[in-house]
Amino acid sequence: MKRATQVTALAAVAALALAACGTPPEDDETTDGDGAAAANPDFSACMVSDAGGFDDQSFNQAGYEGLEQAKADLGIEVSEVESSADTDYAPNIDNLVQQGCSLVIGVGFLLEDPIQAAAEANTDTNFALIDSAFSDADFNPVELDNAKPILFNTAEAAFLAGYLAAGMTESGTVATFGGIQIPSVAIFMDGFVDGVAKYNEDNDADIKTLGWDKDAQTGTFTGDFDNQANGQNVTQGFIDQGADIIMPVAGPVGLGAAAAAEAGDAKIIWVDSDGFLTTDYGSIILTSVMKQIGPAVFDTVSEASEDNFTNEPYVGTLENEGVGLAPFHDFEDAVPAELADQLAQYQEQIIAGDLVVESDNTP
Amino acid sequence: MSQHDIEDEGLPPVPPTPAPPSRPETPTEAGRGILQEMLESSWLVTVLAIFSALVLGGILIAAADPEVQAAAVYLFAQPSDFFLAVWDSVFGAYSALFQGSVVNFSASSLEQALRPLTETMTVSVPLILAGLGLAVGFRAGLFNIGAQGQIILGGVFAAYIGFTFDLPPGLHLFLAVLGAALGGALWASIAGVLKARTGAHEVIVTIMLNNIAIYLVAYLLTTPAFQRPGSSNPISPPIPDSASYPLLLGEGYRLHLGFVLALLAAVGVWWLMERSTFGFRVRAVGENPHAARTAGMSVPWVTVWVMAIAGALAGLGGSAQVLGTEHVLTAGVAASFGFDAITVALLGRSRPLGTVLAGLLFGGLRAGGFAMQARTGTPIDIVLVVQSLIVLFIAAPPLVRRIYWLPTPGGPRRAERRRRSTTPATSAQEAGA
Repeated sequence: MKRATQVTALAAVAALALAACGTPPEDDETTDGDGAAAANPDFSACMVSDAGGFDDQSFNQAGYEGLEQAKADLGIEVSEVESSADTDYAPNIDNLVQQGCSLVIGVGFLLEDPIQAAAEANTDTNFALIDSAFSDADFNPVELDNAKPILFNTAEAAFLAGYLAAGMTESGTVATFGGIQIPSVAIFMDGFVDGVAKYNEDNDADIKTLGWDKDAQTGTFTGDFDNQANGQNVTQGFIDQGADIIMPVAGPVGLGAAAAAEAGDAKIIWVDSDGFLTTDYGSIILTSVMKQIGPAVFDTVSEASEDNFTNEPYVGTLENEGVGLAPFHDFEDAVPAELADQLAQYQEQIIAGDLVVESDNTP
Repeated sequence: MSQHDIEDEGLPPVPPTPAPPSRPETPTEAGRGILQEMLESSWLVTVLAIFSALVLGGILIAAADPEVQAAAVYLFAQPSDFFLAVWDSVFGAYSALFQGSVVNFSASSLEQALRPLTETMTVSVPLILAGLGLAVGFRAGLFNIGAQGQIILGGVFAAYIGFTFDLPPGLHLFLAVLGAALGGALWASIAGVLKARTGAHEVIVTIMLNNIAIYLVAYLLTTPAFQRPGSSNPISPPIPDSASYPLLLGEGYRLHLGFVLALLAAVGVWWLMERSTFGFRVRAVGENPHAARTAGMSVPWVTVWVMAIAGALAGLGGSAQVLGTEHVLTAGVAASFGFDAITVALLGRSRPLGTVLAGLLFGGLRAGGFAMQARTGTPIDIVLVVQSLIVLFIAAPPLVRRIYWLPTPGGPRRAERRRRSTTPATSAQEAGA
């Protein structure tokens, strides 16, 4: 009985407290979107994730953030749909088309076939596809009038990261590994290896790279983009072999790599986003190879919402800042000025086209 | 019939097995009102379990909705907002679920309006096929967790035959489907043989075989034989039309011949389990392997064959994915169908009809889940939670009866039940579908 009284009293107090602090919002049409809400409410941009989901701390999430920014800045309607398996792509895309989306964006090469099929069947709707282009039945590249591939030449930025790693290593060994061997992952590793090779050539050094053989296109992969424990094991293996700077190209698996690196006194080069800002391992992240999916999505949505959609592929490069090297943050003072200057010089050469980073996986 | 078959083969008669106690009674029993009968029926419990899961799911949908959360802050200042938001959220989500799985009221044409129902049927095909396979195993007392791996292997075989060879339409499809069944059967037989020869537990072995299959397909997709020319993406070349299941309703729908195959398989499994000597052996081994052995049946032989049949059915489920809906092989082509199929078989009480209905229900939840997410932004995870809640309630009938104050089946009539179960029952065959 006593208990019941206590509970009642507590409930009453809680009710009063809630009633005191909560006030209903006033009816105000322009509460959302800073007045931009009315800008283009008829345009709806929609996105389908791959099976990684929008919380993958990797390219799905980056795409999602680009779309959310478009919603806030352009005042358009957005709709985001997560896939939980490969079999979800076609129904998800179909539902978004049925719902009247103006632009449907697919994230990842696995959505190539469903996006292409949907684009061919629904010529009134525009489509975009991140990380893959389209091909016809004979596997030749094909252009679709209403579908835009969004690609990234990350080898350019990864080249700079490899050069930096080679210049910063104390043990003389650096390493990289991937999640799954797909072109959009291997291209990072190609660039990284080339950067190290360039450093060796310039300085007559002998820095070794573990985890990727560019000529044979074979290397170390953890097998998925989820299992952080695998990233930790692989990284520990590299550290045991003497590597002190490691670049994991595996989305969230990189967090496992960072944990192993922190324990083993090694450094990490993060990929996709600026890891100093997006992870808890800022103190060991030398730099990041950034792949600006978010801004690319934003630009695509922005163009489409102004009726300027084109099917021309977007290729992110150092030149258009679609890819790039993040600031050194905590390592600003540790990187020798000479090395930093050399990187800046190579960046200019790549942009000018004097230095071409070649990769079999270039889009 | 059971006794008859045994005598035919000159084997000693099987000791009578007691009737399973939870089986609903026949309606002709004296002294029982029809209402009482209905309340005790396990089907009512099933329906109430689904209903309860939907109610709990509704609470989660409301709780996850940002608008409801916003309105909850000023609940006491303006309660109407809160309840309206809850109603909008839950009704919107479930109406999208229904319209995404049965009939779409807002569609522009009749074809579009009926499309969701065909989607439900399409998605249910691998669930029904794999569920049937698991059901056969469950009847034999084999807890086969390996449908996922068997679907994958079926898919690999079907895909390889599909994209490698260039054959005339009918033959090509037939061979690809046959290959899928064979692939699944081979994979499951590994577990069957290990169980029969060494006693290795099928749960452990099939789970491990799932993992091996997942990595095997991932590996195969890194080899040029399974990749598209000029690309190193882990995705197979598309399956040509000659090896694809024909569409049943034309281009606008994804419903394919695999659905008919699934229904035929259900009839086949019913015949096999209820009308054939083999099925009798399977059930006898499932009820009591020691008694079956005493009766002269070869338990290892039954184990291997049951696993092979289960694998063949799951492999056909893989063919539905590769040759029916996806038309390519990717690492994720089996989605989570192999695990969902366990639920489907359990929900269907390991009976063919039940498995078909449970498969359609889960297919509907899956198909509707896409629409629910696209239209109302409800996370797809909620659908998975609702599915899991259904299973949870089904697995605990006393809980459902307690919630709805239903009488315990046979509660007051326990004495009569005991008397019944000691009489030589016609048990096994009346437990039919």
